[in-house]
Amino acid sequence: MTEAAVQAIELVKWFGTEEIKTYAVRGISFEANYGEMLYIVGPSGSGKTTLLSMISGILRPNSGRVLVKGKEIWTLPPNDIADFRLNNIGFVFQDYHLFPKLTTLENVAIPLILKKQDWDESLRIAGEYLEIVGLQDRATLTPTKLSGGEQQRVALARAIASRPDILIFDEPTASLDGATGRMIISFVKEQLLNEHRCILIVTHDARIYEYGDRIIQMEDGRIVKITSGGLREE
Amino acid sequence: MKGILKIAFKLLVNDRGKFATLIVGITFAVFLMVQMTSVFAGILSKASATIINIGSSVWVMDPAVNNPLNSIQLPDYILDAVRSINGVNYAVPLYSGTSLVKLRDGTYQPCSVLGLDDSSLVGRPELIQGNIQDIFADNGFIVVKDEEFAKLENPTIGTTFELNDHRGVVVGIAKVATSGLFGIPTLYTTFTRAIQYIPSPRFTMAYILVEPKSAADIPHIKAEVAKAGYLALTNKEFQQRVADYYKYQTGVGTNILVMTLISFLVGLSICGQTFYTFVLENMEKFGALKAIGAKGYELVYMILFQALSTGVTGYGLGIGLSSLLIFVAKQKVPNYAAVITFFNLALAFAMVLVIVAVSSYIAVRKVIKIEPFEIFRG
Repeated sequence: MTEAAVQAIELVKWFGTEEIKTYAVRGISFEANYGEMLYIVGPSGSGKTTLLSMISGILRPNSGRVLVKGKEIWTLPPNDIADFRLNNIGFVFQDYHLFPKLTTLENVAIPLILKKQDWDESLRIAGEYLEIVGLQDRATLTPTKLSGGEQQRVALARAIASRPDILIFDEPTASLDGATGRMIISFVKEQLLNEHRCILIVTHDARIYEYGDRIIQMEDGRIVKITSGGLREE
Repeated sequence: MKGILKIAFKLLVNDRGKFATLIVGITFAVFLMVQMTSVFAGILSKASATIINIGSSVWVMDPAVNNPLNSIQLPDYILDAVRSINGVNYAVPLYSGTSLVKLRDGTYQPCSVLGLDDSSLVGRPELIQGNIQDIFADNGFIVVKDEEFAKLENPTIGTTFELNDHRGVVVGIAKVATSGLFGIPTLYTTFTRAIQYIPSPRFTMAYILVEPKSAADIPHIKAEVAKAGYLALTNKEFQQRVADYYKYQTGVGTNILVMTLISFLVGLSICGQTFYTFVLENMEKFGALKAIGAKGYELVYMILFQALSTGVTGYGLGIGLSSLLIFVAKQKVPNYAAVITFFNLALAFAMVLVIVAVSSYIAVRKVIKIEPFEIFRG
């Protein structure tokens, strides 16, 4: 594939009022390609989560453009943006946000159900993805009965169940110990990354930097450095 | 949409504590509302017992009458005047009064006595024992077998009693559609015997029962009766007049209304609060769903479905509980006045819908406002 999976062009986002603006992102441009695992790193308040939200169609930028798979998402009506996210982007949230009252299997099936697939078929497919993350024996348990690492894998299975081309991770290892965190990211890179998929990871966990193909470093809403091949290798 | 509603249902019922609280809240509210309105309907039905049981098409009465038991006697000439109105097929007098009956064991029992027109027996009850002709026999009375029957020591045909120093003999046992409100047995006899046995004022007719030639004649009959200074009402209108009397001229209607409103408010507050808490606790999850790709209207459907499922389940349980209590109460207290009518059911359902609408409105407002960006910010 030649075109970039994600293109951010001169993105600006500020909060507050016209009179008192607090800039979170100040004119950022970058590209993320298929087959690439791209890290967005930086200290708290550097604007990385705001940037991630804008490129995933969740937070409207004040100016600039976002192209995902060649489509300028912020020109779409709100319901179409929601549909676009559902069909093209998979999310793994920092706190996983699994439904504690649903089984693991049902949690994984949620994107499929939102895509209006048949209930039983959704559960069948969800079962396959639970198997991919190695939790097929936990299918009937609720997430509260799983460890942090297992919950992370359920969130992963949910993110990939609808077979999105873009995967977005928000602080995926923040709640995990070092070994589990590395194991999860290693799994993501080896099993989920392919030439048709782009993975964006927001993190400030230096322990997993080594897995990134490129690392965008942010500070005060600006990109200060783009590094290839992982910081550890530098 | 079916799948997302299934998720909504699972989220609701799997949160057992909150689901139970919601169900108990609505069930309790419906139970109280139905109980209150059923008791009121029961009271109204029993208060109109004479009207229902006699079943005359048109009743002529003094305009001050608002309750069949408190009749005001009509002068005799009114009967002739009514009979002379165009459109009247026939018109007959009805005696209605109360008297003390002395039972064989020497105790006294108040009874309602209805005296039917001797020549036609218009308004006679359906007999389950005896022959209606025997009402003309010496001292003949027909006893109504209702919840109050036992107060006359479960009489059989041939049982005798005293009524104002006159001998009475049970010649028939009847059944009627509904028993009276005041818990006293009912006796039927002829008009002549009634006024002979029971001390009466100068005038003796409580009501004139009128059968019009056709329904179209009723307005004319009513107008002519009004010209004579009296009131003619159809059966339904008379029942409504009694209902209005109990609703607006006694404290019963107001008290029932207040209790029903309190029940409604109890249900509303329990469900509104619990449902709001339920949605608040799941707010982040709804935000996550929105981030994944759920549309705002889908989340609204989820909430409405949850609220409606709870409402309908609670409604069903409340009706069931209320019916059970009324059934059990009627086994233990035969003259327990409670009737579940379609109106009661519809009213309770409408109130449940209001509870559901208010509860979900508060929750929907919260869910619509949630920004998935908040989920990322943590």
